[in-house]
Amino acid sequence: MPSDVEKWKSEVYGNDILDHLYEFAEEGWESIPGDEHDAWFERFKWWGLYHQRNGQESYFMMRIGTPNGVLKPGQTEVVADIAEEYATGPASNPEFGDSWVDWTTRQSIQLHWIKLEDVPEIFEKLDEVGLSTQQACGDSWRNIVGCPVAGKDKHEHVDALPVAMELHDAFKGNEEHTNLPRKWKVSVTGCREGCGQGDINDLAFEPATKEIDGEDVRGFNVRVGGGLARNEPRLAKNIDVFVTPDRAAEVAGGISALFREHGDREDRYNARIKFLMDEWGPEKFRRVLQEDFVDFELETAGEDLRDEYSYNSGYANGGHSDHVGVHEQKDGNYYVGLNVLVGRMGTDDTAELARVANEYGSGEIRVTQRQNVLITDVPEENLDALLEEDLLEHYSPDPHPFMRGSIACTGTEFCSLSIVETKNRQVRFARWLKENVELPEGVEDFHIHLSGCTASCAQPQIADVSLRGMKTRKDGEAVEALDIGLGGGLGENPQFADWVKQRVPVDEVPGAIENLLANFEERRNGDETFREFVERTDEETLAELVEPEETSYEDPMMHNTKMTWYPYADDDGMDASPAPTDREDKPLPADD
Amino acid sequence: MSVALRTLDDGAWISVNDTREVSVSELWRFPGGNFCSCDLSDVVVEGFVETGVDGRTVEVRAYGQCIACGAKATTDWLPVGRVVDGEFRDVDRESVLCPQVAPAATAAAHR
Repeated sequence: MPSDVEKWKSEVYGNDILDHLYEFAEEGWESIPGDEHDAWFERFKWWGLYHQRNGQESYFMMRIGTPNGVLKPGQTEVVADIAEEYATGPASNPEFGDSWVDWTTRQSIQLHWIKLEDVPEIFEKLDEVGLSTQQACGDSWRNIVGCPVAGKDKHEHVDALPVAMELHDAFKGNEEHTNLPRKWKVSVTGCREGCGQGDINDLAFEPATKEIDGEDVRGFNVRVGGGLARNEPRLAKNIDVFVTPDRAAEVAGGISALFREHGDREDRYNARIKFLMDEWGPEKFRRVLQEDFVDFELETAGEDLRDEYSYNSGYANGGHSDHVGVHEQKDGNYYVGLNVLVGRMGTDDTAELARVANEYGSGEIRVTQRQNVLITDVPEENLDALLEEDLLEHYSPDPHPFMRGSIACTGTEFCSLSIVETKNRQVRFARWLKENVELPEGVEDFHIHLSGCTASCAQPQIADVSLRGMKTRKDGEAVEALDIGLGGGLGENPQFADWVKQRVPVDEVPGAIENLLANFEERRNGDETFREFVERTDEETLAELVEPEETSYEDPMMHNTKMTWYPYADDDGMDASPAPTDREDKPLPADD
Repeated sequence: MSVALRTLDDGAWISVNDTREVSVSELWRFPGGNFCSCDLSDVVVEGFVETGVDGRTVEVRAYGQCIACGAKATTDWLPVGRVVDGEFRDVDRESVLCPQVAPAATAAAHR
C-alpha cells in the first residue's frame, strides 16, 4: 500500500503546489486546515520550505538552491537583505544574534523563522536575481553539488560547471522528474581532488578519460547509490559507464527515470536508490538502464582519477583537503576561501561579504561542502587589501585547525529530527579545544563533524572525529550525549567512521577528544595522519584511546533541548512558546 | 471517531491528528525480556517502526538501543498516549512502560 506521503504527492505535487502556497500565504497561517497540516507541510518541502519543529509552529526553514554553490554577482546581497528583513524570530541566538545565513553541506543556503505570509515577497525578490527555492527539499532533484571552483581550478580535468548548470536547467521544474520516490542528490565533479564528494550522492559524475575511436576523451564515470542517512551509509557504486559532458544530461535523465519507475514507493525507509542498488547490484542496474532508459549504447567506464582524491580524505597526498586560504585560479586571478565556523554567518557579515566580493573580486561567491565561502576572481593586486578587511579576522582564510575542521548541522534549535543541540555546541567545542588542546606537530587538518541524528546532514561518517546525537543518563538524569566515531574520510578508498564509543555525555566530549589526541601523539608513527593512525589500530584499542572526561568545559545545554520551544529563550518551556504567531510574530489565539 | 495516526520525518515523530506528539530521543524504561537481557531495558528511542491504537491507547513499536547493555532492537508494542474526546494525552513515559499485545485496530487507525 502506498505511503501517506505518496498519496499526498499523487493529489498535488511539484509546480502545482505553488498556487496553493500563495493562497495560504495570502489568507494566513490559520487558513491551512488543521487536519491537512501533515500533507501540506510535506508538499511545501518541494518549494524549499520545512515547517520548524514543535514549539515553533507557523515558522518555516527556507532553503535556497545554489547549483554547484555558485552565487552570481548581485545575489549574495539579496540573500543578506532577505535574511535581515524576514529571517528573524521571537527570540535571539546567543552566538549569532537575531538573523543569519546558514551555508550548508550541500552548497545551499538556509534561513529560519520564515513566515508563510512573507513567502510570495521573498520568492519575488529571489526571482529578480535568478535564485529559487524550487526542489531545494522534497522528493526530487535537490541542489546539484560539485567542486566549488569548477571552471576556475588550475588543475581540473574537465570543467564540470556547464554540466552542473545544464542538469539544473533540465531537471528543475521538469514534470517528468517532479515526483520521485524519494530525494535525489546529484554530484558533478571535474577536479582532481574529489571536491564534489560523489561517493555520498545518489548519482555521481566523476572525472575520467576514455579512449574512443583511438582518441582520449575527457568526461565522467558514473556512480550510483551513495548516501549517509538512517544508519545505512552507502558508498556510490561504479556502474561501469563513461559519459561525455554533452551526453551527461541524457544519462542523468535515464537514471532518474529508472529511479522514478523502480524505486520503492510503499516504504519510505527503503525508497532511496541505494536500497535498489543493494537489491540489484551494479550489473543489473547498468543492464536495465541500457535496455529501458537510454537510447544510445553506453560506453564502459574510463580511467578515473580517484587515486589523486584528497578532499575530506584525511590523507596528506599533496592535494587540498578544503578550499580555505588563498589559491590561484587558472586565469591568473585568485580565490580566497574563508572559514565559516559551522557554516553560520550573521546577516550583517553576509552583506559585508557581498560588499567585499564586489570591491575586490567579481562579486561572485561560492559555497563549499565544508560550509565555507569563497570570494572568487580576485586580481593579485587586490589580495593584500582584501586580506586586511575586518571581515577576514572573523572568517579567516588561515584559521586554527579546530575552527577549520568543524562542521555542524542545524540541530534541535530548529530541526524536528535532531536529538541534540549542535551548532552552538560545536562553536563551544571548537573554542575550548583551540584554547586547551595542542594538536600533534604538523597536523593542520583535523575534521570534527557533529550531526544531531542519523540523518547525517553534517556528514559525520567522513570525518576524523565523528559525533552523532544520542541520549544517556548521567547521575540518574537523562542528558544529551554523543556517539563518537573515528577514522572516516573520502579519498581513493573512502571509509565510514567506526562508532567506537557510544553515548558519551556532551560535557565529557571535549575531554575525550583531548585525551584521544594525546594518545594519538604518543603512538604516532612519524608524520602519519590521524586517519592513517586509525586505520592501523584495531577498534578495541581505539575505544580505549577515547577517554571521556569532565574538564573545564561546561555545557549549558545538557538538558533535553528538544523539549524546549527554543533552547536559548529566557523561558524555554514549551508552555512559554508564542507560536503559532501571525506575520508580526504576535501569538495567535488558541483554537478553543 | 477516526484518528489520523502516522509516523513523520523518517520515523522521528508520531503524528496524531496532524500534530507531532511523540518524538524519538526519549529514554524509555520497560521490562527487558524480548528487547535485551536487562531486567529493565533503558532504551534511547531512535526511530518509530509502527503505530497503532488499541481502544483509546496509542501504541508504537520503536527501534532503539538499551543504554545499559548496548543492545539494539525493535520494541514490542508500547503505550505512548491515549486519545480522549479526540485529543491526544501523553502517558507518563518517564515511568516504566508496560508492553502490550499487538493492537487489533492498527490498520483502521490509519487514514
